[in-house]
Amino acid sequence: MSEAQEQHVDRPGSEAPASAKSLGAVEDNGPLPRPGSEPSQTSADPTSQRSRRRREHEFALLDPVAKREIRRASLKAVCIPGYQVPFASRELPIARGFGTGGLQLTLSLIGPTDTLKVIDQGADASVNACSLRKLVRKVCPGVKTSEITSDATLIQTRHRIPEEPLTDRQVLVFQVPYPCPLVLVESNEQRRVQMHGESDYSKIFVKLYEDLARFQEITLSHRYPTAIHRHYVIDPSPIPRFDVPKLDHARCLHLFGAGREKKIYAVPPFTDAKPLEFDDIRFRVESFDVAGQRQACQRCGSAESYLNELIRPDGSRVWVCSDTAFCQRSRT
Amino acid sequence: MNALAVRRLCKRYGPGCDSCFTSPPVDSNRCIDCGSIVALRNVSFDLPAGELVGIMGESGSGKSTLLRCLFFDDVPDDGSAVFRDGDVTCDLFTLNRAEARKLKNRSFSIVHQNPRLGLNFRTTAGGNVAERVLTAGHRNYRGIRATATRLLRRTRVPTDRIDELPGNFSGGMQQRVQIAKALSVHPAILFLDEVTSGLDLSVQAQILDLIQELHQQLRLSILLVTHDIGVVKLLASQTMIMQHGTIVESGLTDQILEDPQHPYTQELVGAAL
Repeated sequence: MSEAQEQHVDRPGSEAPASAKSLGAVEDNGPLPRPGSEPSQTSADPTSQRSRRRREHEFALLDPVAKREIRRASLKAVCIPGYQVPFASRELPIARGFGTGGLQLTLSLIGPTDTLKVIDQGADASVNACSLRKLVRKVCPGVKTSEITSDATLIQTRHRIPEEPLTDRQVLVFQVPYPCPLVLVESNEQRRVQMHGESDYSKIFVKLYEDLARFQEITLSHRYPTAIHRHYVIDPSPIPRFDVPKLDHARCLHLFGAGREKKIYAVPPFTDAKPLEFDDIRFRVESFDVAGQRQACQRCGSAESYLNELIRPDGSRVWVCSDTAFCQRSRT
Repeated sequence: MNALAVRRLCKRYGPGCDSCFTSPPVDSNRCIDCGSIVALRNVSFDLPAGELVGIMGESGSGKSTLLRCLFFDDVPDDGSAVFRDGDVTCDLFTLNRAEARKLKNRSFSIVHQNPRLGLNFRTTAGGNVAERVLTAGHRNYRGIRATATRLLRRTRVPTDRIDELPGNFSGGMQQRVQIAKALSVHPAILFLDEVTSGLDLSVQAQILDLIQELHQQLRLSILLVTHDIGVVKLLASQTMIMQHGTIVESGLTDQILEDPQHPYTQELVGAAL
């Protein structure tokens, strides 16, 4: 991936602004992005060779130093499964909290031969997914996008894991709002780091105990704390409980990026990912049973997928797949 | 056999110099050369297994620092503390962090003067006991629940209030929840830090009765810090008197209270009578 993409990378430091005149020369420089809407900058030295060769931005927007740093952080995250690797989260043309962590991972990993799929709560067509897809297409010439899960080499997701099992040729990138599972029970970050180091997660268990004692049920519907490779416990981003077992010994690489909190962590392929549970009260996923009957998708009829409950204007309830690509495929 | 053998324990706060612990003690806990606070100066004592040893002394005499050092909350500057329990023998101050945490979670417990230090007021009484059991590595919900109920019953906290927040309890009940929490992992050594200060007399008596009863039934080794001479008289078989970071007198409680040798002890016993 990276080899192909480095050829698009300009010399680092060639940041001299181009004049309106020198912008014309850019066209000869090959398949480079040239957003016409961007106002041309006025500048100093039109005769400079370096300013002549300057482009509007790098392939995939991030500068090479940033990409290298993010890839290094990702490698470290893969080497220490579940460990939150700090990284210098860059400014992006989208606001923090709109998936900057995931987007930085995607942009640093993507190459011109990749096929990208972006989903938001399972849907390819929601606003967040569409905007991110459009942005990546604009800044990464040559990159194909697809809505078909099996076609994608890189999938950026917000809060769902696709229903279709992923393969060892695919990377799943998560957008993470809160990377640390201990943040619920310990406010002091220094102590949290120490607790992670010593694999001391008893405080999370106290939270689970309290839930069971008060409600006879663990009340975490998403962000369910999950132990990776028997040491670090991660916050697997707000995926529903339904998706947590999919992390365990999956064939694909899962990368988690928290842009605002500046952390990257990973669940590598074929790695233990066990949700925290008591010996006598096991972890369980959401049930879609109504009166003892497992509901099925209204559109495709699947009774295995994660369902969204929709309430119609007349008050009746229907259930549809959350993963739109899976639903589409099951129907055809 | 000694559950804990402390030798030449030293702790100072301040810049420090070579003579802090060696210079002869003057009438203060400041080092005469550099002015550092010498909180503990060559403290040595034994805590025999199954015994209750009391430590008495005025405020600032180093009692709390001693407990903090032994409970891994502070790191001493010098000295050793050898812990023995069954076939386990180790020096507390040579353990690494993980080993220290393990030992602390499985073998040591502390009851603080202020329940706010020992209890989490955002979790229920049962949850507080559960926290200790979970920290020691148990992961069976029903087992933990049963342990919490049993200990709260034993410390006479009404078990139907197990799922209430400790903030709703009276001071004496909070203290009993703290004791239940401390006992939940069957500690080898229990530290009691002024457990009855700030409670009214009848509640004090209940807590002291409870401690005495638990000590006799469970044969715990207990180190009790107090400045109440009545508590020591009632509970402790052996007593140490601390002043300016040094143990000035130690021995059988009766002996010390009947025949004090050190001027400070004489003053203390005289003041109580």
